[in-house]
Amino acid sequence: MEIDPFIFRLSIFILSIFVGYYVVWSVTPSLHTPLMSVTNAISSVIIVGAIIAALASSTENIFEISNIFGFLAIILAAVNIFGGFLVTQRMLQMYKKKKK
Amino acid sequence: MSSNLSALFYLVSGIFFILALRGLSSPETSRQGNYFGIAGMAISIIVTFLTVGNFEQGFIYVLIFLFIGGSIGALIAFRIPMTAMPELVAGFHSLVGLAAVFVAISAFLKPDAFNLGLVGNIKLASLIEMSLGAAIGAITFSGSIIAFLKLRGIMSGSPITFKGQHIINLILGISIIFLIYYLCSTQSSNIFWTIVIISFLIGVLIIIPIGGADMPVVISMLNSYSGWAAAGIGFTLENTALIITGALVGSSGAILSYIMCKGMNRSFFNVILGGWGATEQSSSAKDKDQKPVKNGNADDAAFLMKNASSVIIVPGYGMAVAQAQHALREMVDALKKNGVKVSYAIHPVAGRMPGHMNVLLAEANVPYDEVFELEEINNDFANCDVAYVIGANDVTNPVAKSDPQSPIYGMPVLDVEKSKSVLFVKRSLSPGYAGIDNDLFYRDNTLMLFADAKKMTEEIVKSL
Repeated sequence: MEIDPFIFRLSIFILSIFVGYYVVWSVTPSLHTPLMSVTNAISSVIIVGAIIAALASSTENIFEISNIFGFLAIILAAVNIFGGFLVTQRMLQMYKKKKK
Repeated sequence: MSSNLSALFYLVSGIFFILALRGLSSPETSRQGNYFGIAGMAISIIVTFLTVGNFEQGFIYVLIFLFIGGSIGALIAFRIPMTAMPELVAGFHSLVGLAAVFVAISAFLKPDAFNLGLVGNIKLASLIEMSLGAAIGAITFSGSIIAFLKLRGIMSGSPITFKGQHIINLILGISIIFLIYYLCSTQSSNIFWTIVIISFLIGVLIIIPIGGADMPVVISMLNSYSGWAAAGIGFTLENTALIITGALVGSSGAILSYIMCKGMNRSFFNVILGGWGATEQSSSAKDKDQKPVKNGNADDAAFLMKNASSVIIVPGYGMAVAQAQHALREMVDALKKNGVKVSYAIHPVAGRMPGHMNVLLAEANVPYDEVFELEEINNDFANCDVAYVIGANDVTNPVAKSDPQSPIYGMPVLDVEKSKSVLFVKRSLSPGYAGIDNDLFYRDNTLMLFADAKKMTEEIVKSL
């Protein structure tokens, strides 16, 4: 019997939770704030779904209601992507070693 | 681009995201990690464009909206002061949550675009995944908005509680599960909208009873939720990058919540059920007999520290409020010139989000190798001449070690009282967030400096 592709995705999901668990415990506590801002930025990869939603059209009209939700999601995710990575970068620039 | 090839690319960007988090294990590798994150994101977006392949229609609009959002984000990132990081992160979480809701709505309205079946006949698994994604996204959105308002001070930080609150939340939570079940059998759009609306309501209701100083837990928790919402959407879209990211972010937020709860010696449920500060304030008010405190000024403090051989600084949220971190660094520079060894001690829950104090000190150009966590430095207090407590309170209270009746009993605290003398900068003797008196104020080796944290530190700099 064939295995449902869902099971493969579930496997990826569960293994990623384990990877996340060990990787995050190795993050030094002094970088917990950048950790939050960078996880926020990468979770905006949801923009992938937003782009598909925005570009999906069966008719000539690109501004059907489902497209509009896609476009709105693109704006929100884009704020997060740029805002998240840039503010993380700004914070990490400040973590410098003592110059002697 | 074939869907197999794009799936492989999504896997690559998922791995880049893992490397981005891995980079944060030390400040040296952290910047490189951030670039991995950016690369992963770029790969995902480009691959999506190539997979959809629809460049005639709408593509230009996607770029325009991407540009608008990106500019807003960049503008915020450059202008936000570091003291406002907690509310910024809360605000960003709300955006991820809302984006998840919008994508789920779009997938529900046009399932054929996502290969999920047809309107009124969406695949069962997809329907469950998208409604879960929408529900968690909606909870993340409204919860983060409330957290944002509380952190920003627009809404009072004190817990809002009412009778039957937890029962209402429980009923709403169970009703979501039933509605998803009915949605699967009827495919009715009305039920889908009801799920979204109830979830918005739950988000508000679970955050309002949580007090201002529990915000580190709330932010971490919402961080985790935004991850699970992304993962839910990832399952709907059958997208590996999104599933991996969702799992990473979800577990990251969960771990941070756990660390924060442990820092306060409270269980996660205790924080979620809320209302700590509200109940304790009354009990502390009654035994306010006048105990003697030693009162000092900036000159005394400067004299003590100048003649010390080692000083440990204990910063807390009050330092952030008073924006005293730059003055503090100046004071430390002056002390170092006098040959005093200075280090900083950071309690896990100092500030309003995990690692908040570290960022503020880094902003004031304090080298990170002078900043230590509680476990690293706690034994050093016994050998240190002066502990300078600025804007911290409950996290230094020795009662947590000695009085089993105290609400903060068992919470890990900094052993400030073991140092030869303690300088405690505070505006008044009022108790901290936990609503309990700090025993440290009345110790023989404690000198209280009643002033604004920034002003006092500046005055000390002058007298040095």
